[in-house]
Amino acid sequence: MSLMSLTAVELGKKIKAKEVSAVEAAQAALDAIEKKEATVNSFVTVDKEKALSRAREVQAGIESGIYTNPLAGVPVAIKDNMCTDGMLTTCSSKILGNFVPNYTSEAVLNLVKAGAVILGKTNMDEFAMGSTTETSAFGATKNPWNPEHVPGGSSGGSCAAVAAEECSYALGSDTGGSIRQPSSFCGVTGIKPTYGSVSRYGLIAYGSSLDQIGPVAKDVTDCATILEVIASYDKKDSTSVERKEYDFTSALQDDVKGLKIGIPKDYFGEGLDTEVKDAVLAAAKELEKKGAVVEEFDLSLVEYAIPAYYVIACAEASSNLARFDGVKYGYRTEDFNGLHNMYKKTRSEGFGTEVKRRIMLGSFVLSSGYYDAYYLKALRTKALIKQAFDKAFEKYDVILGPAAPTTAPRIGESLSDPIKMYLGDIYTISVNLAGLPGISLPCGLDAKGLPIGLQLIGNCFEEKKIIRAAYAFEQTREFVHSPLSE
Amino acid sequence: MANIISDETIEYVGILAKLELSAEEKERAKKDIGEMLDYIDKLNELDTSAVEPMSHVFPYHNVFREDVVVNGDGRDKSLANAPERKEDSFVVPRTIS
Amino acid sequence: MKQFETVIGLEVHVELATKTKIFCACSTEFGGEPNSHTCPVCTGMPGSLPVLNKQVVEYAIAVGLATNCKITQNCKFDRKNYFYPDNPQNYQISQLYLPICRDGGIEIETEEGGKKVIGIHEIHMEEDAGKLVHDEWGESSLVDFNRSGVPLIEIVSEPDMRSADEVIAYLEKLRLIIQYLGASDCKLQEGSMRADVNLSIREAGSEEFGTRTEMKNLNSFKAIRRAIEGEKERQIDLIEAGKEVIQETRRWDDAKESSYAMRSKEDAQDYRYFPEPDLVPVIISDEWLEEIRQRQPELRAEKLERYKKEFNIPEYDAGIITSNKKLADIFEETTAICNNPKKVSNWLMVETMRLLKEHDMEPEQITFAPENLAKLIQLTDARAINSTVAKEVFEKVFRDNIDPEKYVEENGLKTVSDDGALRSTIEKIVEENPQSVEDYKNGKKKAIGFLVGQTMKAMQGKADPGMVNQILTELLQ
Repeated sequence: MSLMSLTAVELGKKIKAKEVSAVEAAQAALDAIEKKEATVNSFVTVDKEKALSRAREVQAGIESGIYTNPLAGVPVAIKDNMCTDGMLTTCSSKILGNFVPNYTSEAVLNLVKAGAVILGKTNMDEFAMGSTTETSAFGATKNPWNPEHVPGGSSGGSCAAVAAEECSYALGSDTGGSIRQPSSFCGVTGIKPTYGSVSRYGLIAYGSSLDQIGPVAKDVTDCATILEVIASYDKKDSTSVERKEYDFTSALQDDVKGLKIGIPKDYFGEGLDTEVKDAVLAAAKELEKKGAVVEEFDLSLVEYAIPAYYVIACAEASSNLARFDGVKYGYRTEDFNGLHNMYKKTRSEGFGTEVKRRIMLGSFVLSSGYYDAYYLKALRTKALIKQAFDKAFEKYDVILGPAAPTTAPRIGESLSDPIKMYLGDIYTISVNLAGLPGISLPCGLDAKGLPIGLQLIGNCFEEKKIIRAAYAFEQTREFVHSPLSE
Repeated sequence: MANIISDETIEYVGILAKLELSAEEKERAKKDIGEMLDYIDKLNELDTSAVEPMSHVFPYHNVFREDVVVNGDGRDKSLANAPERKEDSFVVPRTIS
Repeated sequence: MKQFETVIGLEVHVELATKTKIFCACSTEFGGEPNSHTCPVCTGMPGSLPVLNKQVVEYAIAVGLATNCKITQNCKFDRKNYFYPDNPQNYQISQLYLPICRDGGIEIETEEGGKKVIGIHEIHMEEDAGKLVHDEWGESSLVDFNRSGVPLIEIVSEPDMRSADEVIAYLEKLRLIIQYLGASDCKLQEGSMRADVNLSIREAGSEEFGTRTEMKNLNSFKAIRRAIEGEKERQIDLIEAGKEVIQETRRWDDAKESSYAMRSKEDAQDYRYFPEPDLVPVIISDEWLEEIRQRQPELRAEKLERYKKEFNIPEYDAGIITSNKKLADIFEETTAICNNPKKVSNWLMVETMRLLKEHDMEPEQITFAPENLAKLIQLTDARAINSTVAKEVFEKVFRDNIDPEKYVEENGLKTVSDDGALRSTIEKIVEENPQSVEDYKNGKKKAIGFLVGQTMKAMQGKADPGMVNQILTELLQ
């Protein structure tokens, strides 16, 4: 049995108990990567030397008592949109194909302080724009459960790496479901925290008002433990929130008695795969058996979340991605005639189709004459969606539903019809608009043997409630390792 | 498709976004943006006249920094990834003729 | 012939006197090697985020209060999107929808001696761009981000001005207010104050505005005046020739005394403003506003009154000294040391003004320390040097900021106050000039002047003229 089949916390315990060294753990991960990358392609960058030397350093630090965190010495993979000092950070884009930052994102820095050993950077949809990890400039990532299927996205590399057991855990980012949906497709657990809980400093922005970094791991315990490390109040991020409590692991209790769980009827309508529906409702039953009060309700406005999201996210993206112009870093076109031609050629050659599509849409909705009709309308819709959730949370502690309407589609099926692909985010997107925390965890497999994800949504700053519910549900089933985990 | 995107619009957005699309890409963009806008027009079903636009989801305000110099000479780091550099400056195609 | 009226509004950018940039902890110090005052935030590195400098908000409020604006107690930042290499993110963080100050105005004095209020439409906070240096012969430009992120306020006036004189009066008044607040040094040459002129022409008596142009790159009051005259003529010529004025941005070339349109098909002038998601709103409570109001320094009008009352300085002199913050500062600091406001005022009004004029300098360029002027005044008060020597020493103080005590000592300029030595010199002079003595005794009192002069000459100027006079009078009795 590989060390990589352990959860991060289990491995951390073994390292602490001196049964395993951090170096052995890193080596096990690197061996797994070596063996599986040809199939899964979850990494953009793997830095063996750095990982091993860091593992030696951390091992010494554990022995001398510098590193005491449960995650000390445990190998981690970082989504390639988080800046890492001295390590290539590409956002899976040609335009950042050679970018080596000299600063580290705050979330990663928090991990480093806890003694994490970074293996490398994981593949993603280019600039996190996509739901399949097919838009990466460095090739698609495959689903470890079936390499003919996508791993989901945009944090597909992180989720696939965890499912393929190439690392113990990973960091992803979630703008419209980019942690929860690929977690669901890959049969792993991922949390999108309340907006402002994890610093965005050093996270290469897609939609600034929606982006959040979060953990991806095998189980809820790992995710709570990781979140406890990466969540922090950061003065470098003006939207960072100083929370009252960060003790997420205290919610790891198999106790949901009296917990009020609402199931939005709107999440179970047209477009939802029956197998997914059955598995999710069965999960609700399990929680009910454990004493939770489960009832259906009308959340409303669900179908408006996607159009509102695309206006807001693309508008912000069109501005956030303006800085990639061939002047300060990254790709610059070879031949050009003057400044504006250099800009245009650099950007047209450097960005992929989906990114260009979103930048165009975002520029259009902000342009003169359309701002009110599109952008402000979307911001007003966002306010209504937030109100709908506020109302729901007056009644319920947790909202339960699927993470995605289907299991992982086959590679090549999604990109041809963007709107259909966007519709796949229907259950995750409104959570970002409202700034709420959400968790996705495995709740079964479909007939094709592909994982189904259960999503639990909490009120803002109430991660502990969804962690508790997720943990309680998790106790009712065994963790199923992906076929590629061997 | 209710939203017809003209060549001029694609051209104009290309100037705004500094993107130059091939003829094929342009056709595709016209179709995609048109379809997306049709889809976005769904928002018009909602009466939002009494709703304030919500740019920030939480009502936090007044996040400040004190006026104290912390950063030192940053030129090497700032220039480390420059595609073209001359001494301590970034180089761009001449901006005025 | 038709009578035309010029309608002018100004957009004035002022660099605030903070120590650090608006959104990062880099120094705002002028000069410095290219890109030395930079970090990920002000070079637009991926993943970097802005954090607002509180002092910027306080300066902006202070300027707003001093220019009678309403303060927007719930204000926000917006992004202004446009591509240019001096703008590292290719968007500028500015304020469009909720600028921090609105609806103010300041009073200027017109050429006719009347008073007129120039309205201020709004004041907003924003970040400055970097600097582009153009290779004279090469194909490229060099980008330096040291100025990128330096805090600016943009003060947008109403189109209330009708002549270059009014524009200059408005700018001078604005500059004085901001300098008094300490919010900026407002140096046009160094670019810490920059004015863009929006100008249109209409027939006298018309209520409607003509099409306006915006003129940029005006680095001095002289350039502003010339540009206004030039643009006014250009527009009148167009109108008289039956052509249309095109709404456009033009760049003034002061050397050529002409302007050209900054048009490009790549400039869509569609800035796609939207609320900056990386910054939270700024809410200015009544308490905070009151706190800033209480802290507002004394402005010119109050200072002028105080100089008259507290120091007994004549209205005219007080007016001149307070017309410039630097002069007022020197006056107060020097007076605080030597406690002789009358003399300090005289040195500023006469010798300082003369030397400024002689060297074609602005008061801001004064480099001498108030201590040195104070020492000089103390030397004269103690009669240690006479007024001729004092003037000579002051020139040195003005030019090189020398220590007058040391200088007088080292150069042996001290008045000879040794009664014996002076008396024997005078006795000798009296002896050598019997004719003058005779004249004096015959009632030609002026003759004593010649004898004083001769004595001073013999003493190489180092005698106290009062004392010479006294001894002479005594001897001639």
